Amino acid sequence: MSNETTATTERRGQAPRGERIADWADGRLGIYSLAKANMRKIFPDHWSFMLGEVALYSFIIIILTGVYLTLFFHPSMAEVTYHGSYVPMHGIKMTQAFESTLNISFDVRGGLLIRQIHHWAALVFLAAMMVHMMRVFFTGAFRKPREVNWLFGFLLFVLGMFTGFTGYSLPDDLLSGTGVRFIEGVILAMPLVGSYLQMFIFGGEFPGHDIIPRFFTVHVLLLPGIMLGLLVAHLILVFYHKHTQFPGAGKTNNNVVGMPLLPVYMAKAGGFFFLVFGVISVIAAVASINPVWAIGPYRPDQVSTGAQPDWYMGFAEGLVRVMPGWEWNFWGHTINFGVLIPILVFPLVLVAIAVYPFIESWVRGDKREHHILDRPRNVPTRTGFGVAWLVAYFVMLIGGGNDLWATHFHLSINSITWFVRIAFFVGPVLAFIATKRICLGLQRRDKDKVLHGRESGIIKRLPHGEFIEVHEPLNQEQLHVLTQHEQPEPLELGPEVDENGVRRKFKRSQKLRAKLSKGYYGEDNVIPKPTVEEYKEITSGHGHH
Amino acid sequence: MKKLSARRRHPLAALVVLLFALAVTGGLYAAFAPADKAQADDTAQSLAIKEGKKLFAVGCASCHGTGGQGTSDGPSLVGVGAAAVDFQVGTGRMPAQQPGAQVPRKRNIYSNAQIDQLAAYVASLGPGPSVPDKSQYSAAGADVAKGGELFRTNCAQCHNFTGKGGALTNGKYAPTLEGVDPKHIYEAMQTGPQNMPSFGDGTLSPQNKKDIVAYLGAVNGDKTASPGGMELGGLGPVTEGLFGYIFGLGACVAVAIWVAARTTKAKKS
Repeated sequence: MSNETTATTERRGQAPRGERIADWADGRLGIYSLAKANMRKIFPDHWSFMLGEVALYSFIIIILTGVYLTLFFHPSMAEVTYHGSYVPMHGIKMTQAFESTLNISFDVRGGLLIRQIHHWAALVFLAAMMVHMMRVFFTGAFRKPREVNWLFGFLLFVLGMFTGFTGYSLPDDLLSGTGVRFIEGVILAMPLVGSYLQMFIFGGEFPGHDIIPRFFTVHVLLLPGIMLGLLVAHLILVFYHKHTQFPGAGKTNNNVVGMPLLPVYMAKAGGFFFLVFGVISVIAAVASINPVWAIGPYRPDQVSTGAQPDWYMGFAEGLVRVMPGWEWNFWGHTINFGVLIPILVFPLVLVAIAVYPFIESWVRGDKREHHILDRPRNVPTRTGFGVAWLVAYFVMLIGGGNDLWATHFHLSINSITWFVRIAFFVGPVLAFIATKRICLGLQRRDKDKVLHGRESGIIKRLPHGEFIEVHEPLNQEQLHVLTQHEQPEPLELGPEVDENGVRRKFKRSQKLRAKLSKGYYGEDNVIPKPTVEEYKEITSGHGHH
Repeated sequence: MKKLSARRRHPLAALVVLLFALAVTGGLYAAFAPADKAQADDTAQSLAIKEGKKLFAVGCASCHGTGGQGTSDGPSLVGVGAAAVDFQVGTGRMPAQQPGAQVPRKRNIYSNAQIDQLAAYVASLGPGPSVPDKSQYSAAGADVAKGGELFRTNCAQCHNFTGKGGALTNGKYAPTLEGVDPKHIYEAMQTGPQNMPSFGDGTLSPQNKKDIVAYLGAVNGDKTASPGGMELGGLGPVTEGLFGYIFGLGACVAVAIWVAARTTKAKKS
């Protein structure tokens, strides 16, 4: 307004300090236009959208605590004799890596707490990434335009696994050393290149003197560097694509309903960071993790029972534990299928979930953008696949911890191994079928709710003696949520002969696609949602139901 | 002495000397000679064996045979020694409740005296390791660090780094060593109960055994401090992962739900 402009021009003296600083920065960094574009960025509110934030914050916590740890850690495999303050280890020969880890734990101020925060944060980081990934998967948030970001997230998860692995190997304790020995075995099991690769990576025979310093570089520099880059790209894409939202009143594919970044989300996200930091710190303060002093230094001639990797590598451990120890020997060479097959299955398990979005979009032939999330029940095939994958993953985890399952549930470890061998193949199939049936049941229930309303629990007796339950009709918003989803027709290949009566040729991929499409939208795989006519017909009947 | 010397030529002197010599010889013989069966009946040892045999007939003979010679249900006890009995009965493993993959530890129902009697009986069947005395397994004079090294080399494969136990094949297991009497740990090493190999004094010297017992007392005893906080069972990454998921991520999700629920809602105008 005009009198406001006059007011600013008439202002005597200098502008407030904050404004002057902002002006200065704007002249050099262009922050005004950046802020204008981004400060009012809208984010929808849902707790499950904050799982990624948990991952992000635990990653920041890992970096902060990791920097502190590098100040005191010596990534060296030179042998020393321990004379520090942990008495039961006095006079024991160990590597400098292990000695410095003991020193961090017992002699560096706050060292043990920081070590435990670092390790617990790593477990939470991977767990949060996985659960975040599942949220994205089951709600279909990976659909166009977010496929690339899905891959970025997937890569972050896989890199996180390896960063974690190299990290927990660094202290060179008996537990992690056994894990490194495992990796050596994995490398050696690769046909042709195995022994060369092993010599190259370990710089000689196991354990040598190179592996810890190399893991250190990989753990603190290479992998976190790549992850940081991917993380920034991931966040930029989240910003660029805008956030998805659950269906609801006023929410369309073309808008985002929620709160602005500034001030609401800045405050919320900032506060949430400290809450996550607090939760992890409390856990690190009360619960021990990787007590290397009790585990002892690594020596290739020693091994302990219960030698498992951290949970995110547990499924790989499970694959190796349950695989029968088959091997072929010929012309002085050995192919060890007991290890080779698990290391081939290991990437397949991960890739299966990573490529799913592309398979689904191909089957659906869907090129549109999607910003409204699916309710998992409305896409039974996808939900079934996801649950099947999770079941396979969990079965592998059981295999990885088979000894603890045996001792704690008083079972035979051999029976558990056989259970895992069978359940790895059968479990996912059963899970797929069961999940699909549950989804369809829930769809039926939704349809019922739309047409007949919510069961109110009130029983009414009619004049002629009949008892009925009063159903309350849903409100508009609930009706919208239950009926907004699309139910596309399955892909049809068309008539087998063309207009001239000549047999049309279909590529095998086309036939497969039609079949899969039927699996998604065929008659038995979807419950038709109520039509307007059905709804009108029933609601006009004066609430007999 | 004069009297004695004066009478040394008395006609009965020779007789007195002879009788004295006989008495001394006989007394020394009685004191030092191995007791024969008829005489031994009255010593404490043989009483213990006798009582032990009675207890054995009631509690053990059904599987190990009336003479401890073994049956198809239980091994021969000839030569297992008193240490084996003291371990098996003292930890409540024997008498076994039922056959199975492994006989578990349970409450011991015998008194110490009864265990000693049983041990004496079984020891009488053939030579074997005897029950160690306290100086052999006490922590005094033991090298804990050395014990740790020995434990990790010889025991950790089955019993885990700090003796929390682990699984073996077909339902068998290496039990946890938490809360186990040092004497029983020592005896277990001596005798190799159930699936455990025995570590005779040629394999692990008595000093080595002492070191191992002391190490377990230091890292897995009642007074062991856990510098990092709750031990979570001391079982390693599986329990840590479970704890991280439930309490780490669980708490973060709970906080997220709380944060997400507290939003300034758009006001209806």
